[in-house]
Amino acid sequence: MGDPVAMAITHAHASGMGGMRGAGDLVARAQMSRGMRTWEAKAYVAEKLKVSVADLTDPVIMTEVREDLQIGQMTPMPGCAKGIEAKFNIARELDFNINCVNRFRKRTSL
Amino acid sequence: MSKIFTRYGDGTPVELSEKELMEDMQAGTEDAADRAKVPVLTDDDLKYMFDILASPHSFVSCERGKEIILTYDAGTLKIRRVGVNVDRIQALQIYEKIMGADTMELCHVDYSYKPIKPIITMEQPIMEQALLATHIPLFYGAMPNLGLYSQPDGPFPNPAELLPNGKIKEARESLEKTVEEAVRDIVFTGSAMYESGADGINLDSVGAAGDADFLASLMACRKLKEKYPDICIQIGMAGEFILGMHGQLEFDGVRLAGLYPQDQVVLAKQAGATIFGPVVNTNTTESTPWNLARAVTFMKACGEVAEIPIHPNMGMGVGAVPVNDHPPIDTVSRASAAMTSLCKLDGL
Repeated sequence: MGDPVAMAITHAHASGMGGMRGAGDLVARAQMSRGMRTWEAKAYVAEKLKVSVADLTDPVIMTEVREDLQIGQMTPMPGCAKGIEAKFNIARELDFNINCVNRFRKRTSL
Repeated sequence: MSKIFTRYGDGTPVELSEKELMEDMQAGTEDAADRAKVPVLTDDDLKYMFDILASPHSFVSCERGKEIILTYDAGTLKIRRVGVNVDRIQALQIYEKIMGADTMELCHVDYSYKPIKPIITMEQPIMEQALLATHIPLFYGAMPNLGLYSQPDGPFPNPAELLPNGKIKEARESLEKTVEEAVRDIVFTGSAMYESGADGINLDSVGAAGDADFLASLMACRKLKEKYPDICIQIGMAGEFILGMHGQLEFDGVRLAGLYPQDQVVLAKQAGATIFGPVVNTNTTESTPWNLARAVTFMKACGEVAEIPIHPNMGMGVGAVPVNDHPPIDTVSRASAAMTSLCKLDGL
């Protein structure tokens, strides 16, 4: 319970990594697929993206990084990788085992 | 001396002097330490928390660099609860693109594993389509909710009716049967959603029906992990303390009744969970300083022993967040900032 303004939005601003505005989704994947604790996950993602740990929550820097690597961005520009396309790139650039990407490959005989 | 604005655990505003605020924090940490047999917060911790609580600003955040990951329970359900008439995939996109979510959870309005089982083929295509259009990791989540397995909602005699009549043996037998059924339903549903590509499975409000509920979740987690070694499973708790409705149930030789978060997380890891979500309940008649110091004391101890990521629950009514459908942002932001700053956390 609890309305989204009070819960989701407040926590996102008070303590969150910003999701796709930064690298929150990527640090989450490091936790989920590699069982890393936050500090390890942040260091892993920062190294893979060739940025500093502090950059991971900076929307200006991360938008450029995400655009360059085609790993999904908040404002989807024409021709950029979106959705599952971007997740293929996330799996490759960050060496993540992404369930739906693996199943997409299998179903499409890629 | 000016008074400090804060609230009670139900959200009601209250003003405290500096001395009263400090006394409430001290009492809160001592209560948690006494119950869970963990250390009280240090003077430095209490001073840091005091500064957060006494801040004149309406919104407070954690220090730069201490940000953590956010996971959600009843994810898409929260959009429907407030009457926004969008489809669940649109709800996921709203969280991803408008609310800064790091992860998100697809769920059904009947948020328990048992009722999901017969409609699983209606749920799987939604997950499959959502995964094509989104970027952040997606969980599928529901509650073990062992209460649904006893009469009148389920097949087994109701322990809550047997126990007051002194039928302890019968109540225990009934609970043991509900565990078997619940494990089957969780594994069935979790398998189906993982086969559809979900990034993770969330077992939410674990332990709501007591030790049998916790046992079913641990057993289901272990079975899913054995079946799919790469699966991510999040176990999120319902309360700070495992109620001994059965009283004798064990997992890997450890009695479940009476366990607090720092012991629960050890069993969650042994069962194969990837992320553990401990809970501390909010006391509505105590102040936010009392509740926050108490919650941080439990979570600090849990974070110290955890060998897997922990995401303490900080939704309405837990983690010092007031019990109100519209928790005040001044209090939620203070609780969020204090929790992430003082505990070894990985997410909320």
